Parts: sequence; C-alpha cells; structure tokens
Amino acid sequence: MEKSAKYIFLSCGIAAITFVVTISLYLVIAGIPAIREIGLADFLLGTTWQPTGSNPQFGIMPFISSSIFGTAGAIIIGVPVGILTAVYLAKIAKGKTASAIRTAVELLAGIPSVVYGLVGMIVLVPLVAGVFGLPSGATLAAAIIVLAIMILPTIISVSETALRAVPREYEEASLGLGATEIETYLFVSLPAARSGIITAIALGVGRAVGEAMAIIMVSGNVANMPSLFESVRFMTTAIVSEMSYAAVGSLHRDALVSIGLVLFIFIMILHGVMHLAVNGGFKKRS
Amino acid sequence: MMSRSFKNKLFKGAVHASAALTVLFLIFTIGYIFMRGLPHVSWKLISSQASYISNIIGIFPNIMNTLYIIGLTIAIALPLSIGAAIYLTEYTVDDASRMFARIIAFAMETLASIPSIIFGLVGMMIFTQLFGIKQGVLVGSLTLVMMILPTIIRTTQESLATVPQEWRQGALALGAGKWFMIRTIVLPSAARGIVAGVILAIGRIAGESAALLFTAGFGLVLHDFFRALTSSSASLTVALYVYASERGETDVAFAIAVILMAIVLALNTFTKLLTKFWGNENVSVNVSAEKAADEANRAASHLAGIGVCDRSKRPQPMVQR
Repeated sequence: MEKSAKYIFLSCGIAAITFVVTISLYLVIAGIPAIREIGLADFLLGTTWQPTGSNPQFGIMPFISSSIFGTAGAIIIGVPVGILTAVYLAKIAKGKTASAIRTAVELLAGIPSVVYGLVGMIVLVPLVAGVFGLPSGATLAAAIIVLAIMILPTIISVSETALRAVPREYEEASLGLGATEIETYLFVSLPAARSGIITAIALGVGRAVGEAMAIIMVSGNVANMPSLFESVRFMTTAIVSEMSYAAVGSLHRDALVSIGLVLFIFIMILHGVMHLAVNGGFKKRS
Repeated sequence: MMSRSFKNKLFKGAVHASAALTVLFLIFTIGYIFMRGLPHVSWKLISSQASYISNIIGIFPNIMNTLYIIGLTIAIALPLSIGAAIYLTEYTVDDASRMFARIIAFAMETLASIPSIIFGLVGMMIFTQLFGIKQGVLVGSLTLVMMILPTIIRTTQESLATVPQEWRQGALALGAGKWFMIRTIVLPSAARGIVAGVILAIGRIAGESAALLFTAGFGLVLHDFFRALTSSSASLTVALYVYASERGETDVAFAIAVILMAIVLALNTFTKLLTKFWGNENVSVNVSAEKAADEANRAASHLAGIGVCDRSKRPQPMVQR
C-alpha cells in the first residue's frame, strides 16, 4: 500500500510532464511539414496570406507584426496605468478604499474574454469609428484598447505584491533624506520592486500575445499589414477564424498549425526572457 | 524647469488618475453588461433550447454544456493534480526525486504560460484527429484538464506546505505509515486550499472559450450527459461568441454575458466567504509550537482530535514495517 501510493503520486506528476512534452512535440511535428513546403523565409516574411486562391500564398508576416504591434500598444497603455494603480493600492490607499479597488481588480481579472470582446464590439468599435472618422472602427486601435484593459488586472496585482515586499527601511531612509512620499514610492519603491514589475509586464505580454476571442470580435479580421486604423488579423485570430473551414490534410490547415507553432515559440522565448530577467534582478539585489 | 512641488503634484495626480481610470473601466464594463443584458435574461431564455422552426432562442443546452464541462474537467483534473502535488511536497526526499520535482515544477510553469488557443489546437489534433474521438464535451474537458492542471497543483501544493511539519512528525512517531499520515493528517488540513484551487479552476473553465471552439464545438442542441460527451456542444462562452458575431443577436449575447458575470461574482464571493469562515487557524499552531515537548503534545492531541488515535482506529505501530 505504501509503495503503491508513492508510485500513484509519482505517475500523477509524470502525467503533468507528459502533457507539456506532448503539446510541444505535437506542435513541432504537425507544424514543420507546412513550413517545409512553403519555405521558412516565405512563410515567416511573406506579406500576403491567400490560402484559398488559385495561386495560394502563405505569408504570415501580417499576423506576426499585428500581434507584435497589438501587444506593444497594449503594453504602452496598460503598463503605466497598471503600475501607478499598483502604487496607489500598495502605498497610498487605506482600508476600505483599498479593499474595494482590490475586489474590483479581481473581478476585472475574472471577466471572460468573450465578454470583453462583446463590450468592445458594441461600445468601443463604434466609438473608435466616430472619434477618428473611420468607415469601420474594427481596427488595430480597438484591439489595443481591449488588450490594454485585459492585461490591467495581471499587471496591477503582480506589481502590488512586489511593491508590498519592498523593505520598509528603504522607504524610511528615502523619507529621512527629505524625499516626499510620492517621490519615495516612485523613485525608491518602484526600482526596488523591479524584478516583480518585470514579471508583471512579462505576464501581461504573455496574456496579450495569447489572447484570441476578445480581439477577434473587435479587430475586423482582415489579413492586412498592421496599421493603427486598419482592420488586422493576429496570429491567434488567424487560427480561430480559419480552422473551422480549412479542410483536414490541406496545406492551408497545416499552415494554420504552423502559425500555432510560431506563437508557441514566441511564448517560450518570452518565458525564457522573463526567467533570465527575474533571476538576474534577484541576484543584483542580494 | 518645473518646481519640485509642482512635480510632486503631477506624480500624485498621475497615481490617483490611474487608480480612478481602473475603477472607472470596471464600473463601466460591469454596469454596461448588466444594463444591456439584464432586461433580456428571462426564464424562457434560460429554460428553452434554440429552434429555427419556432424561431426561439434558448440557452438551456449551453448552460448544461458548461456544467458538464466543469464537472468532467474537475473530476479528471482534481485527483491527478492532488496526486502530483502530494508527490511534490511529501515524497521529494532524496536528490533524484528533488530533481524530478524541479522538472515537474518547470513543466507546470510552462503549461501555465501556454495560451488557450494553443490548447485548443493541440487538443483538437490529438484527441479528435489522432485518437478519433468525436468533437464534444469529452474532448473539450480533456483539453481543459491540461490547461487547469497547473492552477490546482499550485494551490494544493501551497496549502500542503502550510500543514505544520510537527503534525507529520507526530503522526509518523505514533507509527502511522506515510500514506496513512497523508490521508488522515495532511490532506484534511489542506482541504481549504484545495477547495480554493478548485473554485479558481471552475472560474477559468466557465470563462474559457478559445480552447473549446474546436474541441467541444459549436452545437446548440440539448443532449443528455452521455450523448453530449461526443456531440458538438457549445458552452455559454462559445454560444455568446456565436450569437454575437455570427448571428448578430446582440441581446442574447448580453444576456449570456450577464449570466457569466453572475457566475464570476458568485465564485469570487464564495472564495471570500470561505477565507473568512475558515480564518487563520494554521497560523496559531505554527507560532505556538516552539518546544519539542510542546510539539509532540500538540501533534498527539491533534491526532486524537481528528480521530486517528481513537483506541479502535489506532494503527498498530510495530506491525507497520
């Protein structure tokens, strides 16, 4: 009984590893043939995606660059707002106000992505069209705003935890030297919490790059090279929008799986960079 | 140059404005969803199924599908993740197993960072194309198991780690075997953390859509559980997507959004109540167990308290080995 219990638990652990190995292996195995057939350079750098024409072309540069620009835009808007909100929550807000906002942030994190997409589609898209005088508001700009709101909770809660972990003495020393409270929080506490803040940003990037359903509803979904006020298609939304009609066994479908592989590699690189940054940050501090 | 006090005001203003913006977004989003959706949530919508013939839209099948998927996913993932968490915290005693634990931890981190659309893609390829299982609740649940495993393992591990070491030592000293000790001391004490992890996972499952599109499917027809396992079954989230972007039924979509929000709110409140209700019992034990003698006493009395040391149930110390 004792022995078998141990092996049962061990096999549960092995199952977890198996999942990761299976996912990675399967993506590579299923993703490589199409890239081979199309050619790596044509696939990654080609700017035309026309999978069903008489002369099909499979360039995913529009998707890759849309994903990069969309994520960058969301980070540029979401990170400052998120970090400053975290400063407010961790250092300034007291008692009831703080806990009310914290509950609100938790709630924001729990809203399903299709709901963000729905509100974006009904409220934001017409708004963008109206403000910028466009025929349709379903653009990269709308997607960026939705993504920025969606990454807020992650950034706020991770940064807040990091800010709370900053030793009180750092802040007292700064205050003792004559800095005001707000200067202390922004120029002493924030740099001291940098490894946590880097983690927060990396998690935000991960969420933005991987998001599919919210932005498919607001981005118009046309395979253009990215431009702020044009309809775009991301790596994730390319998979969602075409997977249901690409015939099994066709190059079109295999190419969609290859997009999945590229997305997976993006996430893994991000994951590695985050590890390096966080570990480096910790070493510097100690 | 700006004066220092002006800069200070500016900084303060930026911090307050950001916080206000966040709250504003939230109030607007939630307020708007309820304002648009609540008038369209009707008993008829909730209790009937969609029919082209009689031209009614009902989301009862989708509610059931979401429940099926939550139930089946948790039923598969919970034993698996508790087992893995137990291995990670209780059985990592030598170098080899510690090395292995590090690999598992790395695998978990990796799994947690994979976007849900990739789970959907791989789930579809493996379960439907490779194994030939038809699109439905079963494939959807198996896919989600992979996705939520890290969540439950992590929370279980955290709560296992809060069980005081003295309790384990006490149980072992009284002659309990390791599995017996885990079953009677460690797991019951970690129950609250496991429940919290499950609630978290339910929230994720209920809100998931990208991983379910090609695994559970788009079907809007009502099936019983066993039929649904292998018939295309849209969850609430997928139904919302279908109604909003393919059918243009915005009112129905907002009604579904209200139901999803209600689920999120309920789960959040439930977690809050649970933490309040259970309080911080563990902390007091941790702090007060200082002396060795004290520890032994405490462990023994705890064992007695939860029935391990009842005369009738007491394990036979010498027989065990």
